[in-house]
Amino acid sequence: MSTISAPGTDVPPAETPDYPMTRAAGCPFDPPPALHTRQTEAPISRVRLWNGTTPWLVTRYEDVRALLADPRIGSDSTHPHYPHQSPAAKERRRQSRTFITMDDPEHARLRRMVTAAFSIKHVEALRPAIQKIVDDLIDAMLAGPRPVDLVQAFALPVPSLVICALLGVPYADHDFFQTNSRILVRSTTTPEQARAATQLLLDYLDRLIGDKLTHPTDDLLSTLAERVRAGEISRHEAASMGILLLIAGHETTANMIALGTLALLRHPDQLARVSASDDPKPIASAVEELLRYLTIVHSGRRRVAREDIEIGGVTIRAGEGVVLANDIGNRDPAAFPDPDRLDVDRNPRHHVAFGFGVHQCLGQPLARVELQVVYSTLYRRIPTLRLAVGLDQIPFKHDGTVYGVYELPVTW
Amino acid sequence: MKVIVDQHKCVASGQCVLTAPEVFDQREEDGIVVLLTETPPEHLTDDVRQAATLCPAQAIWLAEQEKQEGER
Ligand code: HEM
Ligand code: SF4
Repeated sequence: MSTISAPGTDVPPAETPDYPMTRAAGCPFDPPPALHTRQTEAPISRVRLWNGTTPWLVTRYEDVRALLADPRIGSDSTHPHYPHQSPAAKERRRQSRTFITMDDPEHARLRRMVTAAFSIKHVEALRPAIQKIVDDLIDAMLAGPRPVDLVQAFALPVPSLVICALLGVPYADHDFFQTNSRILVRSTTTPEQARAATQLLLDYLDRLIGDKLTHPTDDLLSTLAERVRAGEISRHEAASMGILLLIAGHETTANMIALGTLALLRHPDQLARVSASDDPKPIASAVEELLRYLTIVHSGRRRVAREDIEIGGVTIRAGEGVVLANDIGNRDPAAFPDPDRLDVDRNPRHHVAFGFGVHQCLGQPLARVELQVVYSTLYRRIPTLRLAVGLDQIPFKHDGTVYGVYELPVTW
Repeated sequence: MKVIVDQHKCVASGQCVLTAPEVFDQREEDGIVVLLTETPPEHLTDDVRQAATLCPAQAIWLAEQEKQEGER
């Protein structure tokens, strides 16, 4: 694995720091301090992963963005040096691989089978339905006991209801798929647990796709079933895509809702700007800023170099693993002045919270609309919303491939 | 300014439509970019430039920029 590189950047193996790194106590919204140090002192340098491999870690915004868009970098998870996030993630990719860990042209062929549902026009048409989901859940919360866990009562149901409707998955099964999703996005999950959870989800989606083959409805799983019938994908591929969309569709947005709410409650001046506004523009800006500031997909985009790449005085060799740290990239002062300040007026559309390049988030239009509806409604309808416990009582998802909170007790 | 899009490269992210809806649209069947006008009016120039910068797939080109680079 060792290679010739620019002097001073390729530190000897013994000093290669472990990755992911740990956040500072009391600073749950900020990336680990060690990442800041890397960004200033050794912006492209090696880290050690859970399995002892030492891929490159890229920390500056410009480099992260450039490499994510670079065709010499690939996402193929079957490559022997692909830097898997955890033993569980490796097992899941093996068992249920989809276009998120494939390269073009295969990636493009499969992604384009589902892009229509996520176009701006299509997603905007869902806004009234999303508004109703949000309003109904707030009604139920206001009618129920206090304090309440915002994650279970609101943050998780909103995107779950939305993605279920879009995919054609019965929401009544939410306990089942949320439990198994949670297992798969936790980095401490064992390969055996990941295999079992993946198999349960594969069987479940295969059954649904079977139903859609005989009784097609107006949803994404029926679209996938149609592709199966046409012989363009196998049932296993269709079920795997179903799992990807189901998990990506609710785990991420749910964490943005809960963690974003917590961040706003901890920054009352910023919350005041959000809740005072009925205007879609400032709300849209606040959503972009919270996406940037929190960058919940915090364990780096995982890639493999397909050719030698010279960048920032370093040579990344063909076949080496590369981790693009979009979380610290989003805190780069060269791209975002005063980056550690939450400033909902900054409208940082160029952030990389959704990644960049051909794998940039497929669901971003949907996530944006969901978050815009949530942030423009929740604090307006419950103006006295506040934490029911101290910050030190809140369990953060330090062990998650997606960051957030496990629980958020609130009252009003 | 002349705008060029590459539908082959486009990944249907929708960033351009969010940024300059007067200039970009998406195909109904797969969300791939459609150019509404090749020569947008002056007042949209900044939006179109931002769309080109935000496009994750480098599928949007501004002919004006290329010419300037060529002249240098
Ligand atoms: C706030 C919420 C969300 C965040 C922060 C987020 C973040 C991301 C990121 C960073 C990537 C890039 C992965 C890579 O480059 O390796 C990605 C890809 C993806 N996301 Fe999201 N996502 C969110 C919501 C959603 C939603 C609602 C869906 C809907 C189903 C979704 C579906 C996907 C899919 C399918 C991909 C793979 C795209 C590809 O490989 O071409 N995401 N997301
Ligand atoms: S921004 Fe680029 S990738 Fe996204 S829809 Fe427009 S042209 Fe396609």
